[in-house]
Amino acid sequence: MNFAELFRVTLPETVLEITALVILIVDLGFVRQATFKTRVITASLLGVAGCAAALSALCLQAGTGVYLDGSLILANSGLVTAAQVGILVMTALTLLLLICSTYTRHVGEFVSLVLMSASGALLVTAARDLLVIFVGLELLSLGLYILTAFAKHNPQSAEAGLKYYLFGGMSAAFLLMGFSYLYGLTGSTNLYAIQWNLAAQGPSPLLYVAWILVVAGLGFKIAAVPFHLWAPDTYEGAPASAAAFIASVSKVASFALLLTISQNLLQPGGLIPGPKDLVEHNLRGFYQTWPQLAGILLLLAAASMIVGNLAALVQTSVRRLLAYSAIAHAGYILLGIAAQRAYSGPGSAFDFFISTTGPAARSASAVLYYALTYGLTTIGAFAVVAVVERATGSDHFDSFAGLHKRSPLLAAMLLIFFLSLAGIPPLVGFWAKFNLFSAVLGVSAGSVPFALVALAVALSAVSLYYYLQVLKRVYVLPGLDETPIKPHPVTLAVLLFTAASVIVFGCFPALLQNWIAGF
Amino acid sequence: MLAWTIYLSFAGALLLALAPNNRPALARWLALAVAVAGLGVAVAGFIAGMGQARTVFVDLPWVPSMGIHFLLAADGISRVLVLLTGIAAVAGVLFSWNIELRTHQFFAFFLALIGGVYGVFLSFDLFLLFVFYEIAIVPKYFLIAIWGSTRREYAAMKLALYSFVGSSMVLIGLLAAYATAGGHSTTLDALTHAGLSPSFQMWAFPLVFTGFAILAGMWPFHTWAPTGHVAAPTGASMLLAGVVMKLGAYGCLRVAIALFPRGLDPWGFSFLGIDSWRTVFALLALIGIVYGALVALAQTDFKFVIGYSSVSHMGFVLLGLMTLNQIGMTGAVMQMFSHGILAGLLFAIVGRIVYARTHTRQLAELETMHLSKRLPFAAWAFVIAGMASMGLPGFSGFVAELQIVVGAWKVNPWWVAAIGLGIIVGVAYTWRALQKAFFSDRLPSSHELEHEPKFAAITWPEVTGVALLTGVSLFVGLYPKILLDTIEPAVKALLAGGGQ
Repeated sequence: MNFAELFRVTLPETVLEITALVILIVDLGFVRQATFKTRVITASLLGVAGCAAALSALCLQAGTGVYLDGSLILANSGLVTAAQVGILVMTALTLLLLICSTYTRHVGEFVSLVLMSASGALLVTAARDLLVIFVGLELLSLGLYILTAFAKHNPQSAEAGLKYYLFGGMSAAFLLMGFSYLYGLTGSTNLYAIQWNLAAQGPSPLLYVAWILVVAGLGFKIAAVPFHLWAPDTYEGAPASAAAFIASVSKVASFALLLTISQNLLQPGGLIPGPKDLVEHNLRGFYQTWPQLAGILLLLAAASMIVGNLAALVQTSVRRLLAYSAIAHAGYILLGIAAQRAYSGPGSAFDFFISTTGPAARSASAVLYYALTYGLTTIGAFAVVAVVERATGSDHFDSFAGLHKRSPLLAAMLLIFFLSLAGIPPLVGFWAKFNLFSAVLGVSAGSVPFALVALAVALSAVSLYYYLQVLKRVYVLPGLDETPIKPHPVTLAVLLFTAASVIVFGCFPALLQNWIAGF
Repeated sequence: MLAWTIYLSFAGALLLALAPNNRPALARWLALAVAVAGLGVAVAGFIAGMGQARTVFVDLPWVPSMGIHFLLAADGISRVLVLLTGIAAVAGVLFSWNIELRTHQFFAFFLALIGGVYGVFLSFDLFLLFVFYEIAIVPKYFLIAIWGSTRREYAAMKLALYSFVGSSMVLIGLLAAYATAGGHSTTLDALTHAGLSPSFQMWAFPLVFTGFAILAGMWPFHTWAPTGHVAAPTGASMLLAGVVMKLGAYGCLRVAIALFPRGLDPWGFSFLGIDSWRTVFALLALIGIVYGALVALAQTDFKFVIGYSSVSHMGFVLLGLMTLNQIGMTGAVMQMFSHGILAGLLFAIVGRIVYARTHTRQLAELETMHLSKRLPFAAWAFVIAGMASMGLPGFSGFVAELQIVVGAWKVNPWWVAAIGLGIIVGVAYTWRALQKAFFSDRLPSSHELEHEPKFAAITWPEVTGVALLTGVSLFVGLYPKILLDTIEPAVKALLAGGGQ
């Protein structure tokens, strides 16, 4: 193993880890006696600087392809880099939101944990080996459990942390079990080797078992029904910046992983050893199994859309509302992931091996587009919720009453974020939905995908109701308390940045699309 | 040039949203200036476009990889409806002059709605059209929920959800048509010529048509309209009935009929005499005409009378569209224009001029107030508007309804019988409302008159608004050629291009 090369490839992750350690040293060593304010600002700004450094390291080596050395396989081409850039930007935004928080004295630890989780997220996105994937996922998750329980004097936070941890441990077990079956089937943990082996041996019943276990494990991370039970409690109990982190960074990483697995693992590609006829025969048999494998994803998608949207209707807490809406959005994204059918109809399967621009590739970029813009919008929404919560002491709908008078800017921001989540043009949420759904229909014609897209569009109409329930309080109902709310200038800057991106990417959708396609 | 109507309105909305809260007069004048500028552009565009086929204003690639264009253009139908929007916007601002609560926000939402409406009428890219169509939903909600009256939150939510459900149906049809056509382009022309299969059109047509027709107040999806109109503040009611319902009818014409003409073909079998989607929607339109009129006859709230009359009048538009012949469809567009003006006028009189002074809309209470003596201006304005609305020759409504009747007769004389019933009941409910509200039998003694408090004088925005709307209706009624010359070639082109 060439360590210099390894260091070069994992530079972004390494930078984040080093920054995390530096922050601990600075916070516990140098500014220990300083005021709380100084400590928060130092830690957050150092963290943001670390993200920026990692970002530049990432850009330096973008597009160098796959790094392959033993079991450490990291891809840094294609959608991976786009997802990683998104993860770093979102991490930086979350850290900036921390500046005005007061729920903990241990800011150094908090920021370090965020950075370590973020490096886990980077690893998960890039890894192409089951072991590395699992290590990355645990690095991401362990940080999240602690972050969730970080508000020590708030019992809800501890409860949320415990719930999240128990569910998470369970799902990790499922995932590991699935991975072990995959290993047993193919004798390798390398995704590409698994791909080749599976293609050579054709589908087997054990593969279904493995796939179901993997989907169950990842379904937890993306909060898909029926693995969603942790989400409302965690979103409600976790400190605002931790919740925003879970809702954005962790989501993006998990979707990228699910995309990788469904793309690379279950749809054989690449160079396959063996006589051409035999391989092609096996491939044909294999491609016929994909609709069945994807069927599981479609089931989860339908269940998530329905349960998420309907349960959100009766919520009275904005955080829980965001949790259920996240479940619904996970359903929409799963539709896109399920529409990864590379092979359809007659023609040589080999045509698709070299094609990276076909409908399936478009669908993958649409999924990433959706996940990234959704994460950005959610961070914005959580930022507003955090400010209002601090002013009123609660995230109940009624705390938002009369917000337009207390802070016209916050009200306008919430309007933008919620309408984007509901999919109203010209905001980015609408474009993301349109892009995703048209990609799904473009990849897979047929009555089932169409019915699911129709269901998704119809349920978006339902979602407008609950978003309007909050906006009604913000703009229509009078508030009991009319003292102005003044957000911290940094929070304000984050909000403005997020809202501006939501509007700009919505009005000029080609910008982000070309950027993703450019990697 | 007409594209500036959109830019001006949105710029005005943005400016007003940022305007200070404590300067209502500034907000009013700014909104009026923007609305008048929009009307000016609309009139200039209308005159410049006379005798011309379609003119393209802007055609930029918006999302090149998906073939989405920022394509703004206008043909005769668009020009007429843009003109209507301009007039309705100015009148709407004039009749909202008394809004004191959060004035700048009111006009910001108002102009955002207007901008969306202009955008729909001028988009020739299906995606862009849909974007503008959805932009118009949110301002409607807030206009009603914040500044409305009777059960405003319920009515606002109902309106928003009906609109959004309708637009979801449109979106599903749009996505399906786009994917089926190969996903190369979303312009209306490209999709029209994409050769969508008849079986696809057969199910896409009713889906998209119904989606748009919900906003046009088609029975049985009309229930948002009366509650929404009644709850909305006067300026918003005028827009809702005046132009927003036209958005739906316009979508039916421009998207559903033009894109999926084969969907109107006979099914090949007949069930209870119904043999195609065309008959289905024509029947729903006829039911709407008669049902709306009958329900209007039974209302006790003055504003509900006008609300249900809108349902009835929009039934004429949908029936005109379903005639699929030149004269009937021209009549439908004409009726959109005419009803836009007249519904605005009626709502202005009932909701603003009368209600602002009497503080009641109950016909039973108005009966005792001797309004013909105490508010002669309102009484005579309503007489004129009522006459025009029931289709008296000399006003715009007559030209429109006559053409629809002729078009319907060519298709099926039985339709005309139902229309006739609708028109008769229309006369009845207008007379009833007129008589109860203004010319009650209980003539006041001079003694009684002296003791009743004087109403506030009629203000200049009211006079200007009424003069504008009656003037337009009368002008178009006496000289319909000015609109017909613009509408007819466009309808002809649409019928030819749609493969009829």
